[in-house]
Amino acid sequence: MWPSGASEPLNRLGCRMAVSTQAVGKEYPPVTYEVGAEKIREYANAVGETNPVHLDRDAARAAGFRDLVAPPMFCVVYAGRSVGPAVFDPEVGINYATMVHGSQEFVWGEPVCAGDEISTVTRVAEISEKHGNGFYVFESVSTNQGGDEVVRGTWTNIVRGA
Amino acid sequence: MNELASLSEGDPLPELRVTPDKYLPHRYAGASGDFNPIHIDPEFAKAVGLPRNILHGLYSMAQVARAHTEAAGDPRALKRLSVQFRGMGVPEEEIVVTSSVTEAGDGRVVTATQATQGDNRIIRNASATLEI
Repeated sequence: MWPSGASEPLNRLGCRMAVSTQAVGKEYPPVTYEVGAEKIREYANAVGETNPVHLDRDAARAAGFRDLVAPPMFCVVYAGRSVGPAVFDPEVGINYATMVHGSQEFVWGEPVCAGDEISTVTRVAEISEKHGNGFYVFESVSTNQGGDEVVRGTWTNIVRGA
Repeated sequence: MNELASLSEGDPLPELRVTPDKYLPHRYAGASGDFNPIHIDPEFAKAVGLPRNILHGLYSMAQVARAHTEAAGDPRALKRLSVQFRGMGVPEEEIVVTSSVTEAGDGRVVTATQATQGDNRIIRNASATLEI
């Protein structure tokens, strides 16, 4: 997740860092996100969703949802706001200029609907080095206002030549 | 949903094809909040050694997710999706998502799935779990 207005990573080009594992286990304060109907529609349109349950409130209610329902991958919107600051944490020490998103897993629970308040906690699960590349694994757990888990994410960033 | 119940090991899921237009990465950046300049600034992307601005990996993952929720007819059916991002995706080239069933039974379907642009496999070693 690259926040709006973040400085470009050019200043770190060529900066070589040894992989430090001191941040493993670090947990960040919860980030809360209020799910809005128009944000769901904006996201659904951007990714090409055509199922009316993501676009039309009446269709969503007719299908048994409390309100307009977010596509499963909308989790990047609310969980990303929690994972982003962890990825950019100087203590984690990622060299953004050579970072790529290596792999991603999501496990979904309760659906997320407009009006929900989602709280996400991220922790640094693993930092390791393999074949000269750094592997940084973050885990996020998102819960709704009722305490139900809505998604669990495993975000793996690879830093080439760490 | 009923179609899912009749799937067995080796069966394909319907293919999903989509061509992201030139400005899709900008709309996706706004929708997702990920404004990394490698996705929205061709000059910046070239300066860091990329051929042009590239698709967000999580946009491509969303296409893999959509292939599954559309096959199921219900977003609630998708319980898990894991992917590896490899070759970089680019705008203005068709993405093809293909999936095949690796396990089926007890109201649960597991697939092996990938997304390609031509010969470039932009998502590989991906697996999804659907529950009916």
